[in-house]
Amino acid sequence: MILKKLTFAVTLALSTNVVLANCGDINGRVSIIGNEFPAIQTVAAAAATCASDSVTVESNLTADYQTINLPGLQGNPAEYTTAVITNSSIVALMNEDVIRPLDELIAKYGQDIPKSNLITIDGKVMAVAFMANAQHLAYRKDVLAEIGVEPPTTYEELLSAAEMIREKGIMQYPVGGTYQAGWNLATEFVNMYNGYGADYYKASDSAEVAINNPQGVATLEMMKALTEYMNPDYLTHDSNAATAEFEAGNTALINIWGSRMATLQDNEGAEEVVFSNTISGGPLTVAGGTTPATALWWDGWSIAKNISDEDAEASFVAMANGIDPSILNDDTMGEAVWMLEGYTPSAANDGVFASIKAGSKSFPMLPYHGLLHTALGDNLSDYLQGKESAEQALADTEAAYTTAAKEKGFL
Amino acid sequence: MKHKTFFWFVLPSSLAMLLFIFFPIVSVLIQSVHVDTEQVIKEVTNCGPFGCETISSIDQEATQALKQDNPLGRFAGFTTYLDRRHLAIGEISTAWRSNNGMGDFFKQLMNLPFYKALSFTLAYTFIVTPLVILFGFVIAVAVNSAVKWVRGPLIFFSLLPMLVTPLVGALILFWMVDARGVVGAALQYLADDPNLSVKASTPLTWVMLMVYGVWHSAPFAFIVYYAGLQSVNKETLEAAMIDGASRWEQIRYVIIPHLLPLTTFIALMQLMDNFRVFEPIVSFSAEAHATSLSWAIYNDLGGETRQLSSAAATSVLTILGICILLLPVLVRTWRDFSRK
Repeated sequence: MILKKLTFAVTLALSTNVVLANCGDINGRVSIIGNEFPAIQTVAAAAATCASDSVTVESNLTADYQTINLPGLQGNPAEYTTAVITNSSIVALMNEDVIRPLDELIAKYGQDIPKSNLITIDGKVMAVAFMANAQHLAYRKDVLAEIGVEPPTTYEELLSAAEMIREKGIMQYPVGGTYQAGWNLATEFVNMYNGYGADYYKASDSAEVAINNPQGVATLEMMKALTEYMNPDYLTHDSNAATAEFEAGNTALINIWGSRMATLQDNEGAEEVVFSNTISGGPLTVAGGTTPATALWWDGWSIAKNISDEDAEASFVAMANGIDPSILNDDTMGEAVWMLEGYTPSAANDGVFASIKAGSKSFPMLPYHGLLHTALGDNLSDYLQGKESAEQALADTEAAYTTAAKEKGFL
Repeated sequence: MKHKTFFWFVLPSSLAMLLFIFFPIVSVLIQSVHVDTEQVIKEVTNCGPFGCETISSIDQEATQALKQDNPLGRFAGFTTYLDRRHLAIGEISTAWRSNNGMGDFFKQLMNLPFYKALSFTLAYTFIVTPLVILFGFVIAVAVNSAVKWVRGPLIFFSLLPMLVTPLVGALILFWMVDARGVVGAALQYLADDPNLSVKASTPLTWVMLMVYGVWHSAPFAFIVYYAGLQSVNKETLEAAMIDGASRWEQIRYVIIPHLLPLTTFIALMQLMDNFRVFEPIVSFSAEAHATSLSWAIYNDLGGETRQLSSAAATSVLTILGICILLLPVLVRTWRDFSRK
């Protein structure tokens, strides 16, 4: 905790040297809730430079932000004035109507924000995006050179490379992934299912789920084929564990978040042979498809509805300052795929760019998709463990989703 | 104590219980028989950095209007209790009519989230509780017979598992049983199976959770028994010794009867605690192998879309479960009380 505060203070001190706070004439309360990774810490630190005698800036950055941002915005006045969200977590906030349209604030204070960063829903700007993210391949080029194959571009190639690595006795479990039962496993299903190109619901305006189809079964079968090459504990591996396994040199081919690449490639926590040979690959396709088996994400921020206009203005100005292009320097440049002017991609960001270029689908932003995500996370592990058939796991998921959607009034 | 004195004596705690326990339970009950109002969906254009698409979104104005009319939501009666995530009456009767033998019926039953959670919860409760009592007793007797000056440090070390925050304690064990951890590697060596993984096997995960449960709760039973041991009648013990009772016979005929009321107390507390087993499942990331009723409540509330009614129904069912579990112990206590 102390260490965290210390690093925060240091980042703050460093960024104040670079960022010239241009916060204008505002006063009020700014309180930020968001996920915890380097890019968001950079944004929050830059927003904090707007603190003055008339403006207070606080931030609560935690990996559990998804479970607390809604209650934190529901009060009146809300505890948090602004939330750093993704295309997935914004849905819960929109469902409960706790974030405000930003059009007026943009007209007044946000003329510099590029139009392409604005998330417009039904004609109203609901969020401002500042970075893109996606899960894609990361591989060890030395290991692939040893078995003499090119970096895989499809999951089928990845499987045969994994088999060769095992046969040669280089690694017993060469494949890694974020397969922890729950949210992570559901996200991996969404990635793979996107690659097979089927729809999640019966119609675009229907909340009736339709994943129990041949593509759904194929998705699960491919996931199971991959798990054969994963550490048997894969159902307990989240992003942190998958990153640690790779850094320890236990895996050579992993599907990992673009925002983790900087960690994999830096010289901390890994031997030189590992980090110097780590390459950010592109997204993989599956079964001869052209759409990559991944989903595109953006991270951005929204402003709470249940706060005074004064606080909303202060929060908007502070957050706009937080994503000012001047936050980009040598240290922060590689932290993410920034959607900011003056951003020059580093090698770590190749994967996310390749994912965008290859026409990956963005993560579904539907009001009921959160329920399907929970149902997927709860029901797929039985199949991967061989306790039931793929069809049964999908049928269970559909049944769980349908029950939940009825309770929430979507069906 | 006079009735009037008694009344004033318990009034503050009764009020607090009413406010902080009874009313919340009533609110949970009310929540569990309501579901959300219908969500009015409209098609909207959604534009962002990756382009524009037409998606469904909630029509806030129309939905808010519905919510204003029914602030509690739609009355649903017991439908939430009977649905697939809870008692699953419909699914069970289907499984009963169309199964291929008892094994298949049992398999279908265990595929339903509530029964899957209940099976682990009950197994955990009925295995961990007696073991906690047994180990607590053994440690208490052992510490009590140690030389006086080592007792202090011994008590401190015996209490450590309980002092360690459950999440932290569980995490330590979680890393130790990892295939590359101390315990995990030792098990692989002992079983002569390099692929053995505790975290990947359902039975071993259950054992790990239960071992953790016993490790964490045994100090509670120990300290209660240890306190009880200080009040054992020395004269009875001496009399037993003079009569030629062995160490075991002293324990069997003097100490155990003396500690019996405490056992009831520990059993009561442990049944309640163990039925609500939760932290180890989260910190061991064990949800793929074992779920409990408390975990189901947490899971309903922890998703991006919170499912309050479902969580409320599971909570009520958990309370009912605890009541049923405690009934024999309570009846026994009442009988003892009225006999006196």
